[in-house]
Amino acid sequence: MKAIENGSWWSHYAAPARFYPLAGHLVTPLFLMAAVLASIGLYIGFIVAPTDWQQGESYRIIFIHVPAAWMSMIIYLAMAFWGVLALVLKTRLSAMMLQALAPTGAWMTFVALWTGAFWGKPTWGTYWVWDARITSELILLFLYFGVIGLRASIDDDRKADKACALLSIVGAVNVPIIYFSVKWWNTLHQGASVSLTAAPKMAQTMLTAMLIMTAAAWAYSIAASLVRVRSLIIQREPRSSWDKSLKNQAEASSAGVPR
Amino acid sequence: MFLASLQRDLRLLLRQASEAWLVLVFFLLIASLFPLAMQPEPKTLLAIGPGVSWVSALLSVLLSMPRMFAADAQDGSLEQMLLQSEAWMSILLGKLVAHWLASGLPLSLVAPLIGLQYGLDLNAIAVLLAGLLLGTPILTLIGAIAAALNLSARGGGALLALLMLPLCIPVLVFGAGAVEAQAAGLGAEAHLSLLAAGLILAAILAPWACSTAIRIAMD
Repeated sequence: MKAIENGSWWSHYAAPARFYPLAGHLVTPLFLMAAVLASIGLYIGFIVAPTDWQQGESYRIIFIHVPAAWMSMIIYLAMAFWGVLALVLKTRLSAMMLQALAPTGAWMTFVALWTGAFWGKPTWGTYWVWDARITSELILLFLYFGVIGLRASIDDDRKADKACALLSIVGAVNVPIIYFSVKWWNTLHQGASVSLTAAPKMAQTMLTAMLIMTAAAWAYSIAASLVRVRSLIIQREPRSSWDKSLKNQAEASSAGVPR
Repeated sequence: MFLASLQRDLRLLLRQASEAWLVLVFFLLIASLFPLAMQPEPKTLLAIGPGVSWVSALLSVLLSMPRMFAADAQDGSLEQMLLQSEAWMSILLGKLVAHWLASGLPLSLVAPLIGLQYGLDLNAIAVLLAGLLLGTPILTLIGAIAAALNLSARGGGALLALLMLPLCIPVLVFGAGAVEAQAAGLGAEAHLSLLAAGLILAAILAPWACSTAIRIAMD
């Protein structure tokens, strides 16, 4: 508690043992928030928002597509951020956060690609276009797979922490270069491709729905990675008496605690 | 120290020259598979030639990557090199250069053969060669990071490919793009300049990342 009085609350909670209960308190409210926001967002998006004069009803998928695409990029940046902290400050929790974020990021990327394909079919007449954004998103998915694959194939947790941290930093440095190169390549190959940026201005209700859905995606992503980071802490930190809730859980379920 | 390391690695590579040859044969083989898998119309060949050459080069460098550090890590000499804290960077640079001299350079030099097979004209072949000479060192540098990360892992070549290939996409785009721009009459300077810029950037950043990855693996 001294650490908090000194104002360095972050270093106080950087200890996995202290972060575990904090994360536990945050998970349920965040999931609730995500559910409520998503309900409101989907209600406005699917029922209140007007039909687009150009795209008809199919445009409504953007209420899922755009937040997922934003999250996919933000989560990769967040991973690189935790990666820098993990390498520089050598905090265990940062590396765990990185690993906990990776699956959520990969899911968001996948959702963005999948919903994009379903939007593309009625709108562009094709599931897939080698557009700069879509292609970069696909490469981003491979970068996520790289981090997840590297983590999965290193047995030593400490090595895996650092290796994943380094890889996510290298990846984050590369993402802008990849985006630029794909954009360049795209203009060379197909001059008049479909442009997402030239979309007509959005109605106010549509924007509201999209922003609410984005907030829901944030809440969900944070909650999901906190759940994952909690199970990483259980797996990796030596069990001791610091965590009562964990003990109760272990006693409650006959399955017990892994490792 | 740089020269000593370069000399040592080159000598080792010369003693196992068959591996360097295999990389070259692999390169030519991959590039020869594409026409067999489709109708070899001259127009199609011309269109896919630059891309096929670059993808084949990328895969060949990928194939040559695992042996970059694996043997030295296995017999413990990599750890000893790491202990030479002051000379370590020079040693690492020597290894990188040696690897390129034994893979990227010969591969670039036989690439004009593939260019001929695909019916590229001489200007396009010259651009292909120039692009490969600028681009293959970047592939070696990026591949070295992946190979070094792979030292900590028990994943085999598949993981190496997953780590290395997405990061190499810009090189592929600019390299193959240079030849296509030349063929389209746009001139290849812009693409080649970008490749050169990429090489400088990679030469500055990649050795650091590679060294960090080796330290992690040897920890």
